[in-house]
Amino acid sequence: MMTTTSQQRGQQRGLTRRELLSRTMAAGASFVVGSGFVAANDAAWATEMNALKPDSFATLVQMARDIYPHDHVADEYYVVAVKGYDTPDAVDDIEAGIEMLNAAARDTGFDRYLDIGWERDRVAVLRGIEDSAFFQRIRGGLVTGLYNQKEVWPLFGYEGESYSEGGYINRGFDDINWL
Amino acid sequence: MAAPFEHSDNGVIVVIGTGAGGGVLANELAQRGVSVVALEAGGRYLPEDYVNDEWESFGQLAWLDPRTTSGDWRVSRDFSGLPAWIVKAVGGTTTHWAGASLRFQDHEWKAATNYGPVEGANLLDWPIDGAEMAPWYDKAEKKLGVTQTNDMPALPGCNNYKVFEAGAKSVGYENVHTGRMAINSEESDGRMACQQTGFCFQGCKWGAKWSAAYTDIPRGEATGNLEVRERAHVARILHDDAGKVTGVEYFDADGSLQMQAARAVCVAGNSIESPRMLLNSASSMFPDGLANASGQVGRNYMRHLTGSVYGVFDKPVRMWRGTTMAGIIQDEARHDPARGFVGGYELETLALGLPFMAAFLDPGSWGREFTTALDSYENMAGMWIVGEDMPQETNRITLNEGVKDQFGLPVADVHYTDHPNDVAMRNHAYGRGAAIYDAVGATRTLPTPPYPSTHNLGTNRMSENPRDGVVDKWGRAHDVPNLFVSDGSQFTTGAAENPTLTIVALAMRQADHIAGELSRGTL
Repeated sequence: MMTTTSQQRGQQRGLTRRELLSRTMAAGASFVVGSGFVAANDAAWATEMNALKPDSFATLVQMARDIYPHDHVADEYYVVAVKGYDTPDAVDDIEAGIEMLNAAARDTGFDRYLDIGWERDRVAVLRGIEDSAFFQRIRGGLVTGLYNQKEVWPLFGYEGESYSEGGYINRGFDDINWL
Repeated sequence: MAAPFEHSDNGVIVVIGTGAGGGVLANELAQRGVSVVALEAGGRYLPEDYVNDEWESFGQLAWLDPRTTSGDWRVSRDFSGLPAWIVKAVGGTTTHWAGASLRFQDHEWKAATNYGPVEGANLLDWPIDGAEMAPWYDKAEKKLGVTQTNDMPALPGCNNYKVFEAGAKSVGYENVHTGRMAINSEESDGRMACQQTGFCFQGCKWGAKWSAAYTDIPRGEATGNLEVRERAHVARILHDDAGKVTGVEYFDADGSLQMQAARAVCVAGNSIESPRMLLNSASSMFPDGLANASGQVGRNYMRHLTGSVYGVFDKPVRMWRGTTMAGIIQDEARHDPARGFVGGYELETLALGLPFMAAFLDPGSWGREFTTALDSYENMAGMWIVGEDMPQETNRITLNEGVKDQFGLPVADVHYTDHPNDVAMRNHAYGRGAAIYDAVGATRTLPTPPYPSTHNLGTNRMSENPRDGVVDKWGRAHDVPNLFVSDGSQFTTGAAENPTLTIVALAMRQADHIAGELSRGTL
C-alpha cells in the first residue's frame, strides 16, 4: 500500500497547476472540448490529455468526486488527484476499468457513468464494483492524491507546517473560546 | 566521534539498534568506560533534517522494509505490508514517539497474580517489581526531562487538550492533566522549550522532545567509547561451540556482508526485528533460533489494544496546533474487573494532520459518511486509547520464508488477533471517549480503529523460569550467557502505559548490570 502511495505522489510531482486553465468555481459534469483536451462544461478546469481518452478522463474525475465528495472542493483538485493515471504505463488498465464502470452503469439503465444525474445512483454503481482492483486502485490513490495536495489543506482549515513561523506558542495553540 | 573499532576486536559489546533501548544502553555503557559498537539499520537524521509534512516524513523515517501480516486484526486488512509505524534511523523510534513517560502501576508488574487466570492469555508475572524499578524510573525521568517530575513544570494545554479536559471533568474524571511528557516545558539539558508546533511524530525540529538521536547517541560518541555504524543491517548473530555469541554478521551501507566480533551482544531492534534476528540466527546447536529453548522467541506479541475517538463539534478546535499528545486521563488505568475486563487503559489526546486523518480515520471507507467527517476536520478533537492487551502465545513474529528483504533474508510476519479482553476494553474505551466529547457538545463521535502498531512489545519476554520466557530479570538470555535483549521485546506484559520510559529505565539498569559483570570478570 505504501509503495503505491509513493508512486502516486511521484506521478503528481510532474504535473504543474499551470496545466489547469481556469480557477473559477466548478460545478457539474465535464465534457470533451476536442481531441485530447478535456474541460468542465463551465470551463472550471481543463487539461491536455497524454494517453487516456478524454471521455475516460472525465469519467475518472467524476468517479473521484463520487468516492470522496467534498462540495467545497473544486474539480481542479480532483483533476490533479487522478492526472497521474494519464500515462502510457497506466492507460490500458484505466481504460479497461472505465469500460467496466460504464458496463455497470448500463446494467442500471444508463448509457454510461457520466450520464447518471444523481450521486446516489452513481454511488450504487460504484458499490457494485468496489471490490475490484480498479476501484481500489483509484480509491487508494486518492487518499494521498487528493488529501496530500497542499493546495487542498486550507479548504479544510488545515494549516500544515508551522515551524517556519515559530510554531503556535504565540499564534493560538490555546485560543479556543467556546468551551 | 569515536575512533572506529576493528571488526576483529572481540572485546567490544555490540548493541543492535539505537532507539530507547539500544541508544540509551550504548551511551550508558560508554559512559562507564565500556567499548561499544552500535549497529543501526537506518541513517542519521537530526532536527534540521526533520520534515513537518506527514507523508514526506514517513518516507524519510519509517521502517519500510517488507513485512507481512496475518491474524484477524484490522491492520492486517488495511495495511497488510505495514504492521507497525516505527522508525529506521539513528535514535530509532525516539524520533517519532510523542513523549508520554509513564511509570507502570505496581500491580501491573504482577499481572498473572493480580488478574488471575484469563482464558487464552499467556499471562506471567515479571521477575521484577515496582520497588526494584523505582530508582531506575527516577534516573530515566531525569534523563528524559519528564514534565511534572523533578523540577520540570507541566506543559500548557493546547486546544485539543482543553476540549478533552472539559469533557473529562464533565463526566467526573479527576486524574486529568497535561501529562508526564519528555518534552521540555522550559529550556533544559541544552535543549529548548516546546514551541507548540505540532508534528511531534515527525521528529521535533526544536529538539524540545527527548530523542536518543541528539542526546544519548552523541554523548556516548563523545566519550570515545561508542562507535555507531549507520545503515548496518544485521543478518545474524554468531556463536561458538560452547554456545556463547562471538559476533554479528551485518550488511553495511554498500550491501557488503561484514562481521563484527563481540564479547557480548545486546539486541534492541524493536519487538519485530529482535525476534526476527534471533530466529534468523538458527544453527545446528540452536535449531529453533538463538536463545529459543523455551519456544517463546517471537511469541506473546503485544501492541497495546489502541484505537482512537474523534469528536466533531460545531465550532473550531484546530487540534493540530500544539503538542501531538497534549494530555491524559488516568482514571481508567486501574485494574477493576467490574468493568468487564482485566487491566486498564489510559486516554491521551492525539492529533493527526489532514493527510493522515484521511488515511487512518476509517481505512478503506469512502462516500459521504467518510467525507462529511473530514469536512469538519477543523472542528475535530481527538484522543488515543492505550490499554493493556493480553499476551497470547499465538500472537507472534515468525519468519516468512516466502518473502525476502533486500538482503535476501526472510521477513517478519506479524500475526495478531484480539483477545476477548482486548475487545471488551476497547469497546469500553470507545464508549467513555464518546461520552467525554458528548459532554462538551460533540455533534458526532468517531470510534476509530487501531493504527499500525507503535507499541510493539513482548516477543522475547522476561521470566523467572527459563521455561516461560527468553531472558532473565537482567534481560540476559536464559540459554546464552553473553546475549542480552535490551528493548521492549523483553516486556513480560504490556501494562497500560506508553512503554518508552520503562524501556529506558530497563536499559539504564541493564547497562549498570553489564558494566558490573564486566568489571567482575563474569561476562
